[in-house]
Amino acid sequence: MKANNEVLQAKKGNLLQSITQKLGPFLGLLILVIFVSVMNPSFLEPLNILNLLRQVSINALIAFGMTFVILTGGIDLSVGAILALSSALTAGMIVSGVDPMLAILIGCILGAIFGAVNGLLITKGKMAPFIATLATMTLFRGLTLVYTEGNPITGLGDNLLFQLFGRGYFLGLPVPAVTMIVTFIVLYILLHKTPFGRKTYAIGGNEKAALISGIKVPRVKVLIYSLSGFLAALAGAILTSRLNSAQPTAGESYELDAIAAVVLGGTSLSGGKGRIFGTMIGVLIIGVLNNGLNLLGVSSFYQQVVKGIVIIIAVLLDRKKSS
Amino acid sequence: MRKFLALFLSLSLLVLSACSMEPPAWAKPDRDGKDLEDLKIGLSVSTLNNPFFVSLKEGVLKEAEEKGIEVKVVDAQDDSAKQINDVEDLIQQGVDILLINPTDSAAISTAVQSANSIGIPVITLDRSADKGEVEALVASDNIKGGEMAAEYIVAQLGEEAFVAELEGVPGASATRERGTGFHNVADQKLNVVAKQAANFDRTEGLTVMENLIQANPDIKAVFAHNDEMALGAIEAINSSGRDIMVIGFDGNDDALKAIESGQLEATVAQQPDLIGQLAVQAGLDVVQGKKVEKNIPAPLKLVTIEE
Repeated sequence: MKANNEVLQAKKGNLLQSITQKLGPFLGLLILVIFVSVMNPSFLEPLNILNLLRQVSINALIAFGMTFVILTGGIDLSVGAILALSSALTAGMIVSGVDPMLAILIGCILGAIFGAVNGLLITKGKMAPFIATLATMTLFRGLTLVYTEGNPITGLGDNLLFQLFGRGYFLGLPVPAVTMIVTFIVLYILLHKTPFGRKTYAIGGNEKAALISGIKVPRVKVLIYSLSGFLAALAGAILTSRLNSAQPTAGESYELDAIAAVVLGGTSLSGGKGRIFGTMIGVLIIGVLNNGLNLLGVSSFYQQVVKGIVIIIAVLLDRKKSS
Repeated sequence: MRKFLALFLSLSLLVLSACSMEPPAWAKPDRDGKDLEDLKIGLSVSTLNNPFFVSLKEGVLKEAEEKGIEVKVVDAQDDSAKQINDVEDLIQQGVDILLINPTDSAAISTAVQSANSIGIPVITLDRSADKGEVEALVASDNIKGGEMAAEYIVAQLGEEAFVAELEGVPGASATRERGTGFHNVADQKLNVVAKQAANFDRTEGLTVMENLIQANPDIKAVFAHNDEMALGAIEAINSSGRDIMVIGFDGNDDALKAIESGQLEATVAQQPDLIGQLAVQAGLDVVQGKKVEKNIPAPLKLVTIEE
């Protein structure tokens, strides 16, 4: 009986720990939201919340893909460059007369192919993910400049669907936010309810064990990097519509914002541990910081200082909890 | 099959009818009339990492302070997407006039349109916006400036002199316009033997100039699309021991010092603080219902050691 009690106690302790672990980022977000709205009540105005949701959607899509990559113990530095290249190619297609929605679809598929290149370099080429994607980042950036000749691509026409894609509203919600939410649900199911998701965790937990237990590790990895590329390209399509043009320098340092969001959401950079829900929270934390600090009139120089400090605190707290 | 098609069509119609380009009515903020002293100006700057835009911001702040008007400043850090978010945030703060210094003319259009939909007048500074309704553009006449630089070289070195050109960020409007102005004159009267992009950056100006000197020993003058590149080029020229005349563009503090010390030959000085001041005045005129010019040129001046 006594022993039973002890087990129960231990279970309770574990449960409490796992709750704080899961809710930690969420509490952080809550505190941040309360702080910003006390300092400037206009933060909670409906239009601002809609703006905020639209503002975070691009980083969210990239960070969702990054979550899968980081869960396998990898990293993808090329997402910002993939975003720029696929955005330029999509815009190029639209200008030359391809139907904009078809162009976006092809652009996303191209993004997946660019991602697959990363995956193949990492699995078949046995390159470290950091190095492989650092190289392809430079490569894709260069190709973007070559393709655009350094100029923004403009003249994307007045197609309503294309404009709606980045700027419109669906049932009162910004379309990019709807895209983000739908993508989140699909990826949540993929990660937590399918064999593919279990394989992702297994690879990050112990790659050798995963390999021995019959998981086709290279195939899963290539698929995950393709997914990351696909989502980067989807984010790029939204950006193209929002900017009504493709910018050759679009998406610079977006990979860092995405990584920051994943880490803020409690996913371990060594792989195997983490949740896509946490990433969504991490994305919102960064979004609220950007939007809130602007509303509070904080100078952009200090904004970067604050963002850096928040990331440090979040990771330190996470370390403390898990030790 | 036909039933399925009909279902699909009616469904997609339903989805489309739920879409709109305007934010929902319940989310729009209330806006009502205000006195001049209660006005709030929102200023979105492309980057504060460049002394030029810092001076531009100072010009806005100074002029607004004299009129007793509050200014909110946001910095896009050269990211077009961030700038759109910034402008949305300014609108959220209830500004009455938007002064936007776009990172890119095409990309800023969406932000201008959001301001239009709420009825906030927009003035753009230094660069224009492709779409949306802009009350006025306050900018230096960059084409004229490029011509001034080329004419100065012709006056100093005579026709058919060998010159090089350090270009700014490819595709940026300043690069295009300054280049166009320069070539308007230079293509007829000078020999442009080399042109390379150094992205408005001093370090790149240094390395690109080193390469240009190696490749073209007979260059007599360099026109740089901004002072930062010109100052970088001077370092390269000094260490090569050659005598090459450098003309910059912008007239920032470092460049003026370099002219005093005789290292920089001349610069086509913009007056960013004047751009800021003119923009504030134009904004106030618009709010008060006065008519303003669509293009407000901010004067340029060629600064040489004599001045």
